[in-house]
Amino acid sequence: MSASHHSPVLKHHFEDLGQQHASERLGMWMFLATEILFFGGLFGAYTCYRLWYPTEFEYASSYMNVKFATINTVMLITSSLTMTLAIRSARIGDRAGLYRNLLITFALGTAFMVLKGFEYAHDFHEHILPGAASFGGQIKSNAEAQGIDTGKVRLFLCFYYIMTGIHGVHIIVGLGCILWLVQQTYANKIPPENYSTVEVVSLYWHLVDAIWLFLMPLLYLAGAGLKTGGGH
Amino acid sequence: MSIAVPHGGPVAAPPPPEPTPAEPNYLNHSYGIWSWLTTVDHKRIGILYLVSISVFFVVGGLAAGLVRLNLLSYNSALLTEDAYNRAFTAHGVVMLFFFLIPAVPGVLGNFFIPMMVGAKDMAFPKLNLASWYVFMAGAAFGVWAILTGGIDTGWTLYPPYSSRSSQSNVVPGVIGVFISGFSSIMTGLNIMVTVHKMRCPGMTWGRMPLFVWSLYATSLIQLLGTPVVAITVLLLGVERVAGIGIFDPSIGGDPLLFQHLFWFYSHPAVYIMILPGMGVVSEIITCFSRKNIFGYHAVAWSSMGIAVVGFLLWAHHMFVAGISFYAAMLFSFLSMLVAVPSAIKVFNWTGTLYRGSITFQAPMLFTLGFLVLFTIGGLTGLFLATLGTDIHLHDTYFVVAHFHFVMVGGMVLAYMAGIHFWWPKMTGRMYSDWWSRVAASIIIVGFFLTFIPQFIIGYHGMPRRYPNYPAEFQVYNVMSTAGASILGLGYLLPAFYLTLSLFYGKKAPANPWSATGLEWQTPSPPTVHNFDHKPVVVCGPYEYAIGVDQMGRGLPEPPGPGEAQDPASRSGPTPPPGPQQKETEVVG
Repeated sequence: MSASHHSPVLKHHFEDLGQQHASERLGMWMFLATEILFFGGLFGAYTCYRLWYPTEFEYASSYMNVKFATINTVMLITSSLTMTLAIRSARIGDRAGLYRNLLITFALGTAFMVLKGFEYAHDFHEHILPGAASFGGQIKSNAEAQGIDTGKVRLFLCFYYIMTGIHGVHIIVGLGCILWLVQQTYANKIPPENYSTVEVVSLYWHLVDAIWLFLMPLLYLAGAGLKTGGGH
Repeated sequence: MSIAVPHGGPVAAPPPPEPTPAEPNYLNHSYGIWSWLTTVDHKRIGILYLVSISVFFVVGGLAAGLVRLNLLSYNSALLTEDAYNRAFTAHGVVMLFFFLIPAVPGVLGNFFIPMMVGAKDMAFPKLNLASWYVFMAGAAFGVWAILTGGIDTGWTLYPPYSSRSSQSNVVPGVIGVFISGFSSIMTGLNIMVTVHKMRCPGMTWGRMPLFVWSLYATSLIQLLGTPVVAITVLLLGVERVAGIGIFDPSIGGDPLLFQHLFWFYSHPAVYIMILPGMGVVSEIITCFSRKNIFGYHAVAWSSMGIAVVGFLLWAHHMFVAGISFYAAMLFSFLSMLVAVPSAIKVFNWTGTLYRGSITFQAPMLFTLGFLVLFTIGGLTGLFLATLGTDIHLHDTYFVVAHFHFVMVGGMVLAYMAGIHFWWPKMTGRMYSDWWSRVAASIIIVGFFLTFIPQFIIGYHGMPRRYPNYPAEFQVYNVMSTAGASILGLGYLLPAFYLTLSLFYGKKAPANPWSATGLEWQTPSPPTVHNFDHKPVVVCGPYEYAIGVDQMGRGLPEPPGPGEAQDPASRSGPTPPPGPQQKETEVVG
């Protein structure tokens, strides 16, 4: 091991930073492959039932809050931009810029979760819930009036809560990682030659963002054209 | 070498008796339970896995013992019907999720992949330690579920029984499977990145040992299959706990969807279990035949072939569950297709044996047992892949026997072979050669006696998972239980002589089997950073014909049949200076 050119961020079992960064990046890409298959199971199941029960799924989807979802989409996409800008800041050694971009990303992600919370609260209030007893309100009475099978409406709601719930958990993990990056920046662990730490977190953040871009049309826009919805 | 050296000459001086201070190695560089629980050394993590999965093997084995005892009588000798359900589920869940899946990747993979590719450690040492903790957390849930009443669904957890009707501990069991799945993903990811990025100079893909190839293929399945079963059992858990769900037929859900998603992982999972065993066998068979492996590239690529094709045939578990006829035909065809790469391996191993200088130490005995039992298990798999015969044989003891031939006769024997092969490297001690050969023979005999009768009763229609059966099957069941007792004795023996070897075994030389891999170029046991100098690989992994290791140095004299009792007595870690003559013909 040549001790002459030994970066403090180099871990002992790697030869050089190039190897370390390549390993980290490859590891994250492989983890993303895992994540895609994790959500893939859900998307696959959704596809089956959507094909079997198109009317019921569109009806149920029309009760989703498109307004909140649109704002959330804009915020997540913007946060992906600031995350990418954070990589650039780290790479050119701009600590102030790195702080700023990380914190904006964090704020946007938090705002996403807060808005999601309001949306859940609204759904609870309107009884847009999948449980046999908790399901009720307008979505139930309208479905019965139109002769739509409420069981399958509830099936859609299962997907809605499970998919957005798991996605929410991923956002929270991502927010934790961003906070960790802020702490690492504070501890001077992210010098320019180690910018790839930020890049690795950003890969994860982009994936979570990309998954939302699939959830949005599947859950919110599927029935957005119907007039029977909750009128959001 | 007989030059008289005044004193202090290190070259020709015979080693002084014993009480020299022990060489620093990964075992003695720090002590105490805490140094083990916080270690990031891949070798120590391998040992942690070894200890924990040995415990789970005992737990799963006891459950199997209960099942076999109960089947001694045609009207349930021991257990109530409900307890019987819980016993075989405990056996299945513990053996599959907490023994077979982590066995070779967790123990031998963690220990030897970095050494075989010439690295100091895994790419992500902390993730590696985390994988063990996650595994233990999952296993804790699983064992808790079993000890506080058990699960009665069978290891396949099919809804709607598991989500609506079962009165047993499905939820903690499901949490255990979910959590331990992430441990499997972490190990797989670590191995893949290590193989891609941590290879030493000269270790090209075409020079990697076949064990590394097979674990690479295994990791690919772990990485892409496990998340699917994770989300599936998560959905099952939500359905059971919250009463909302996606497989629930009462709201239009489809239980068959669960089976598709479940088998999308759980069929490839049998390749997670068997592929590492194939890697172990490839290492051992070439070493104890003293011949280059026959068809290196065929064996390496067939591992990848199994990994890829293995993903495409899950629905052969569902031939009688109501899938479409055309889908069944396709999956039947694909199931037969996966037999091709497996057969390629068997033919190449046989070709390696041909005209080799075979010696029959314990690793080789286990390996030869693997070769026979795996072949039987694989061929009977073709019966089940055939649509017509599967309708007759589905859910009978024929399936049980087939599966155990591959998993126990294949994988457990390969695991035992690997443990016996690498034990001197892992612990620095030689175990009793005679007892290990006895144990290998007992295990193989006991195995045949246990599972051959199950083929017969299965063919005659005895269904699996039933505690009662017609009296005419009793003689076969008694034979099978007798065989299981012999098998159990066979498993007990290594527990004794391997443990004794730690205290009384002879010190192992660096390369007791005269093998070629990089891991044998380190002292036994290895030092903390594996290699004192960065290894440089100059030739292929199995140059037994010209007698050089991967760094191009001559091999020590192999343990011949005459002196085979005592490989430890042979020349120490210093190999002869030059390549050795080899009399056998070079093939492959």
